[in-house]
Amino acid sequence: LPPQFHNLQELRQSPSLATKVFIQRDYSEGTVCRFQTKFPSELGSRIERMLFEDTVKTLNTYYAEAEKVGGQSYMEGCLACATAYFIFLCMETRYEKVLKKISGYIQEQNEKIYAPRGLLLTDPVERGMRVIEVSVFEDRGSSGSSPSSNVSSGISQR
Amino acid sequence: MLHLRVAEPMRECEYSQISTRSSTPMETPYKKRTPKRRKWQAFPGRNKFYCNGRIMMARQTGVFYLTLVLILVTSGLFFAFDCPFLSLQLTPAIPVIGGVLFVFVLGTLFRTSFSDPGVLPRATPDEAADLERQIDVANGSSSGYRPPPRTREVVINGQTVKLKYCFTCKIFRPPRASHCSLCDNCVERFDHHCPWVGNCVGKRNYRFFYMFILSLSCLTIFIFAFVITHVILRSHRYGFLNTLKDSPASVLEVVVCFFSVWSIVGLSGFHTYLISSNQTTNEDIKGSWSSKRGKGNYNPYSYGNIFTNCCAALCGPLPPSLIDRRGFVQSDTPHPIPPTNGTTMYGSTQSQSHMMCSGEEPVQDLSCCHTPAAE
Repeated sequence: LPPQFHNLQELRQSPSLATKVFIQRDYSEGTVCRFQTKFPSELGSRIERMLFEDTVKTLNTYYAEAEKVGGQSYMEGCLACATAYFIFLCMETRYEKVLKKISGYIQEQNEKIYAPRGLLLTDPVERGMRVIEVSVFEDRGSSGSSPSSNVSSGISQR
Repeated sequence: MLHLRVAEPMRECEYSQISTRSSTPMETPYKKRTPKRRKWQAFPGRNKFYCNGRIMMARQTGVFYLTLVLILVTSGLFFAFDCPFLSLQLTPAIPVIGGVLFVFVLGTLFRTSFSDPGVLPRATPDEAADLERQIDVANGSSSGYRPPPRTREVVINGQTVKLKYCFTCKIFRPPRASHCSLCDNCVERFDHHCPWVGNCVGKRNYRFFYMFILSLSCLTIFIFAFVITHVILRSHRYGFLNTLKDSPASVLEVVVCFFSVWSIVGLSGFHTYLISSNQTTNEDIKGSWSSKRGKGNYNPYSYGNIFTNCCAALCGPLPPSLIDRRGFVQSDTPHPIPPTNGTTMYGSTQSQSHMMCSGEEPVQDLSCCHTPAAE
């Protein structure tokens, strides 16, 4: 991790947050965890539609896998019931395992795709599974006016 | 010119400063002045936490202790006074089966009472602001008068469902979620608030609750049946009055079990019906999916057949808690320009969690633990 500087350099180099875009849940299939794949207009200039939609669709697939009611979940449920649910004290549930995979996936997507474009995805589990929060950072390199205002304010503080 | 020269390489390194790892309190050694607080200490709802956040219960736990005492005392008396006679006269399997049932009942009771029922964390300030903006745009209203109640409609499996906006939690409640007025939380798949277990019953602990009442029914019937057997067998040998003198506890057990059996077995039956039709107590009481509401009204969450509904409710995957009680409160969450005052999202509501609840306490029908949620 880069060392934290409490001076102008840090102010100039650390990116400042411009806005946050929230992708809401899609309840059309019931209470299962699904996020809307509709591309938000605020991100239009920052990232390609296909990349973003791919990310959301992959996340939806992961959540569907976690919440699948099938053979493995029945086994887990019956075993847990047979042990009066004491087994949850030492065993990780399938849902928790998938959530770990999801957090790894989001980290990887952030590193490869989103951070280079000045965006950052927040894991929905940190927002109560309500939204995918996309933090949009100020794009200083694009316009001439904004960097100058920041640099000049930095100089004036000296 | 200076800007242009610096802009290009800065574009590379400024985005690399975006931390892609979720920050932990340990990353900022300069800010170590304030002691680390766990999230449960700053929880905005009206819950009580024990064991450093591992245990979570409602505010009023008096009736839970009553439940515990009734179960422990009745079972204890059974094992102490009736089991020795029965194991000798009939079979030692009786105390063994009783013991297994007893452990199961306590295990499921503790699971129901101590776990997070599926509380939805409140919206962060940014989320709330974003929602408010969207609602204002939709309403077209400016500040002045209070806008009408906010709802969103969504079509689930062909049925139109209204999502209500929760003014306390500042979120649109997911379908089947409800706000518990006693705990002041939105709970997913809210069933009811049960004072007997001292907690809400929702998505995460409904199966534990059901197994609790089912096993408690079995235990109650078991104890009732074998105490009666004990009294009858003993009376044949020593006479009825002598039996009552030798084993006075049996009378107490019979009385407790007799009155419990009706309510608990009835409750088990009711919840079996709810599970098989995939409804919550809340929905049943309000008649949300009743055919009386309209011809086309049906339950969109039901899988169609009883077996699948039961399996989904009892053996479906168990989602983890969303409130992360034992995590640490992060005091430096970045906010978009213009910056806010930088307090934690729960900091401002800390006083609320310590506030004593004055005013209305909803009347609770103690014969059954169905307290419908206030909307």
